[in-house]
Amino acid sequence: MITLPEEINLAIRAEGERTYPNECCGFIFGKSEERGEDTYRSATEILPIDNAREAEERHHRFVIGPDDFMAAEREARKKGLDVLGFYHSHPNWFSRPSDYDREHALPFYSYVILSVERGRAAELTSWELTSDRELFVQEL
Amino acid sequence: MPVFIQIPTALRALTDKQSEVAAEGATVGAAVESLAASYPDIKKHLYDENGVLRSFVNIYFGDTNIKNLDGLDTPLKDGDKIMLVPAIAGGDGTWV
Repeated sequence: MITLPEEINLAIRAEGERTYPNECCGFIFGKSEERGEDTYRSATEILPIDNAREAEERHHRFVIGPDDFMAAEREARKKGLDVLGFYHSHPNWFSRPSDYDREHALPFYSYVILSVERGRAAELTSWELTSDRELFVQEL
Repeated sequence: MPVFIQIPTALRALTDKQSEVAAEGATVGAAVESLAASYPDIKKHLYDENGVLRSFVNIYFGDTNIKNLDGLDTPLKDGDKIMLVPAIAGGDGTWV
């Protein structure tokens, strides 16, 4: 379960509008805490990443490459934070994870999805992959 | 003789919360297979239904992606460390 403070929510919405009609993407840093069986995550900042997909694919696909992933992990660690998950936008599409999202996801992380309708940020949701990889569970 | 595999945060729940796991193998591919044999729950996140390493799973030897070395055939020696590094991909529900 992740908590997104208002300033993080607004920052992701601004990124989605800035990169429209292409998808935005980036890391969500913050603190995670285990309480019994559950892990509670609280976001403190985002790290926008340039979408590494080919220009003609960026309207509906994003990639954060492994070099960016390693660099982000190191930056989070330097700040005493964890990588809690990732955000990306769906320009003119629902804020629901696609099969493509699920096939490329890992458990533990939060996957925040922002719908951007005709250039304006709309619904924002967050999802977590089940450990059997079968489905995403909505957490926000 | 072991080599060591560093585990990303997301998969540590499947390796008894260890950030680094000892594995056996003279190549990167063999070491990762050894990891999957020791921690079976991690297997479906590393390999697809056909037993092929998932496209978003990258393996680094030092600072170098093994794609730029000999891939899964990259040789390892005792005490070497490799790191599993995911790439993150996604997008909307359209396929065109």
